[in-house]
Order: sequence, then C-alpha cells, then structure tokens
Amino acid sequence: MAVKDYIRERFFPHMWCAGCGHGTVLNGMLQAIEALGLSKNEIVMVSGIGCSSRISGYVDFHTLHTIHGRALAFATGVKMSLPKLNVIVPMGDGDALSIGGNHFIHAARRNLDMTALVMNNRIYGMTGGQFSPLSGLGVIATTAPYSNIDHDFDVVEMATAAGATFVARTTSYHVRQIKEIIKKAILHKGFSVVEILSQCPTYFGRKNKLGSAVDMMAAMKENTTPIGSKAKKENPDLIERGIFVQKDLPVYNEEYDKIIKRAQAAGK
Amino acid sequence: MQDNVRFIQGNEACMEGALYAGLNFFAGYPITPSSEIAENLSFRLPRLGGKFIQMEDEIASICAIIGASLTGSKAMTATSGPGFSLMQEGLGYAVMAEIPCVIVNVMRGGPSTGLPTSGGQGDVMQARWGTHGDHSIIAVTASNHQDVFKMTVEAFNLAETYRTPVILLLDETIGHMRERLEIPEPGEIQVVQRLRTSVQGGVDYHPYLPREDGRLPMSDFGGVHRYNVTGLYHDMWGFPTSSPEIVHGLIRHLVDKIENNVGDIVRYKEFYLDDADTILISYGSAARSARHVVKSLRARNIRLGMIELQTLWPFPYDMIREKCKNADHIVVVEMNIGQVVRMVKRAVDAPDRVVLANRIDGRFISDKDIKGILRVIQGKGV
Repeated sequence: MAVKDYIRERFFPHMWCAGCGHGTVLNGMLQAIEALGLSKNEIVMVSGIGCSSRISGYVDFHTLHTIHGRALAFATGVKMSLPKLNVIVPMGDGDALSIGGNHFIHAARRNLDMTALVMNNRIYGMTGGQFSPLSGLGVIATTAPYSNIDHDFDVVEMATAAGATFVARTTSYHVRQIKEIIKKAILHKGFSVVEILSQCPTYFGRKNKLGSAVDMMAAMKENTTPIGSKAKKENPDLIERGIFVQKDLPVYNEEYDKIIKRAQAAGK
Repeated sequence: MQDNVRFIQGNEACMEGALYAGLNFFAGYPITPSSEIAENLSFRLPRLGGKFIQMEDEIASICAIIGASLTGSKAMTATSGPGFSLMQEGLGYAVMAEIPCVIVNVMRGGPSTGLPTSGGQGDVMQARWGTHGDHSIIAVTASNHQDVFKMTVEAFNLAETYRTPVILLLDETIGHMRERLEIPEPGEIQVVQRLRTSVQGGVDYHPYLPREDGRLPMSDFGGVHRYNVTGLYHDMWGFPTSSPEIVHGLIRHLVDKIENNVGDIVRYKEFYLDDADTILISYGSAARSARHVVKSLRARNIRLGMIELQTLWPFPYDMIREKCKNADHIVVVEMNIGQVVRMVKRAVDAPDRVVLANRIDGRFISDKDIKGILRVIQGKGV
C-alpha cells in the first residue's frame, strides 16, 4: 500500500493553513504506518479538538474525533475494551497538556499500549492564537498582548515523570525522523509519547515576528540537536531530539488479562 | 429458585441488573453514595471476562465508556451529583454521536458537595438539561430493588434501541438500603442486543443514516467498516458538516427519535386510580412513602390513588394528563425543591390542582410529611 491508500482523499486539500507543520506530521505518521504494513481495519485514531485533532478526519482508519482534551480517555476505553486494536492518539499542546493534562499523566502512568502524539506548535491555533501551557515566557499571543508570564513545561520531562515507557521528540523539519520515531513508538509495547514540534506561522509566527513557515522550520533545524550531542554540551539551550525513554514495564491491558484469569480461577 | 434470592443494597441490585443486561465494560471514579457499584463490578466483571477500569475522574469515566461502546461493548459508569456534573460534556457527546451507554447517578443532596450521605432527588432537571444545546434524553428511575434490577436492564435496552445514552437516576436511600432481590432467570426479562449493520465489507456503510424505522445499525470499531465519529454536526458517514439542511435534519432526528416514541419508552405503575379523587405522583425512594400513605388511607376508605413514574425523561405528559383528568387534587411527592411538580403542572389541565409534598433537609420524606399536606388540602388544618 502507498501512503495515498491510507487517506480519505476526497477531503483534500486539508483545512490547515499554508505553512502549517501538521500536514508534515500526517505525512510522517502515514509513512510509519505504511512501513509497518498495518491494516487500516486494525487502527483506531482518537483525537481531541483543535487544529491537530482534525488529522483524524483525513485518515482512512476507524476515527474518533472527540472532546477537547479527552482523547486519551476515549482511547483508554477503546483499547481496554478491544486490546487487539492499534490505538493512535494525535493531540495538540493545549489539548493534550492543558485541558487534557490530567488524562495525559494518568494515561502515561497506567501504561496502556497506545501511541500519543503531541503536535506542539505552542499556541491555540483554531481559536485564534491564544497562549498555551507550552508557549513559554515572553511569547506574544492574542491573550498575552504584553508578553506571556505563564511558565511552560517540558513535554518529554512531564511524560517521563508520569511514567510513559517510550518518550521521544522530533520536529516537523525532521521528516524522516518523524517516520522512524513514530514507527518505534507504535511498535513499543506500552504507552508511547512522541512530541513533534510543529510550526504555526499564522499565529505563533506572525505574532512573534518569526518570519515565514520556512524560517520557522529553519529555526527548528538550528535550535535542536540529537540527544547527547556535542552541540548540546556547548550550547545547553538547544532542544534535544530523539528517543529519551524506551523501557519495558507491565502493560495495563495485558495485566488486566491476568486479572481476568485470576478472577476466573478464584470463581471456579 | 432459592439461589436467585439476595438480601442486598440497591447499588448491588443495579449491578446485578447491568450484568443481566450484558454489561461487559465499566469505567468509574469513587464517589459516595455510588461506590458500591464500582466495587462490586471490579470483583464480578473480570470473572465474566468483562473489563473494569478506575479512571482519573468522572470526565474520563464517561469518555472511556463511550470508547468501549464503539468497539461493541455494553458499557456503563456510575456516579453521584458532583461526578454527574463533570460527566455532562461526555453525555452531550454520546447524544450527538449516538453512542449507547448507561450512566447511573445515585443522587445525593446538592448543590455542590452538599450532603454526600443523604438522599435527595435534585438532579432530575440536570439529567434533562445538564449538557448544553438542544437535545432529548432518556432517564429512568426505580423505588425498590426488584425494580432497580428491572429498570437497569431497561436502561440498557433503551440505550441500544435508540442509540443514545440513558441515565438511571437512583438515590442514596435506594442505593444503600438493603432489601430482597429475586434475580430473574435468563430470558425472563428481554435483553436487547446491539443492532449491527448487515452491510458487507467493501459496500458503502452509512453509520448515521437512519433506517425507515428510525434505528441506526452500528458497526464495531475494528470491524470491516471504517467511519468517522464526531461531536460536530455530521453527515451520514459521520464527517463534519455545517450544511443547514443536514444540521436541521440531525437535530430533528436526535430529538424526534425519543420524543416521537414516548409511548414505547415510558414506564410507570399505577395504584387505585379508578375512583381516586386525590392522586399522588412520585418516583424513586420518595415513592415508597407515597405508596405507604396510599395503602394506609385506602384502608380507611379514603379515595387516594398513585402514579409511580419509572421514566422521568421523556416526560409522560399525555399519560399524566389522562390519568389525572378526574382528580380534584394531585400531590407530587419528591425530595427536592420542586422539579417534577413543574412538569406535572405543565401536563395537566387546571394546574392549580397540583401541589408539592417535599423534603429538602436531607431527611427521608415520611408518610407523616405527605399526610400533613393531604390534611391541608382537605381543609383539616395542619
């Protein structure tokens, strides 16, 4: 199958703004799925609300476009009820970590076997450019006209602390790495988190005078570096890319199957 | 059969009814006075091969049951007032996306944290209007454990038949009270199974195109039909649209599938209505005291009758109007500041015949409370 076979072509061109990074994420994700040879019927894509969440409408899987912030909670029900399904949950930064922050940390802690993608453009795009918990200090947004005084946090550290057993980061500039990391994330047994830095030229870029989408992507190339690189040692401000956590811990849905066996043995 | 007789809490009777109906997925969050439902299901469900999960909050709980239902499970959550408030956005989603599921609200005194261990019936209107936007809803209730069992099965049946969330409104008194329950034999109460599409794989399937009878056959996630589910207004494939014709058609469908079937949905019981000049209308635990008053006053040849509502939403306007047409007085007995009484006033001709007998202090409404109101009506003083 080609990537084209995984999309609902009749909905293209997509609704994302010119220069948005989310289309690149969609492409990278589908390349990963194609490389893994997954069947369309075994994939459930669950998304929340926002620009990122519209990704589910474009893919020819079982797609569940849910409520703002709640994608992981819906996904938990899907996966627990039918563990054979491959559950992929694309989210935005505000979606996953502000309104959905509680679901995010508990999904990570529980270690259900599913893949969470955080498409981090550091802004609420669909509602018109308000700052998100990942915008960071000094950012200009439509709700921070004098500059943002809201501290951000690091998705990778957050996911790691919450117990995710696969944690990685890449950017929309690093298209091949998106594919490779998402492939590994899907193959990983347990809760995987992949943060993908994505550009929003329409709001974040324009408000903060970061230039065109191309300029923003070039900045992602310059401001990031592979984990543990020499460049990072020389410039600690660089953002690391790659796989931070990859470990085997009991997977919730498999542990529950053991509970069923124990309960049934006790009930005899 | 002796083995089928239990002396248990109402919450356990609800659990037994849910299992009888085929429940195989439960997600919930601890809250008084509903926790026994979750506790008992965490024990019972895995024995039956079903799934129990304790979520991080009530928002997540209702979302999880919706996800589970989409894969073909019969799914339920249980909560009380504060948790029910948190579930409202998920409830609206289930209405819009037409996902069968059951939400049990074991009501306690509200608002807010209120009276966690006291009975109350203050969530009747929240069940109807708690989630935003125009919609219709089914909510059922019960006054004794045999009926809790039966109405729990009915809640699942209605959810499957109408592809909609169904709210089971119990209350603290019913939930915690112990009483006899005789578990019916399999087949004794009809269990409605999910209507699944007969459309073969590779053929265009329309998850949101109602059949002529208004029903929408489903296809499980993971099956041969891939489609979209959304809380946005959507077309017959489930894809978002803002076309005024489709939007209008969908909101009408969501409301009409329930409001046009009131006769099929409504359950109630009636006692001594034939010659009654005064009729008590009650539901849930309050109906127990009302029933007691009717029995004791009938023994003194007072012409008192009673309607016990088991379906609260859609409200049975026509039935109430018809049954009450010859009554001089109609007394609505409920444990809130007056919720169903408004509906009864709306339903009947000459609404000044309708009065309220209530209690709002956390104490259970007694026969004396109701008799006091009856004495006032009959001009015999307080």
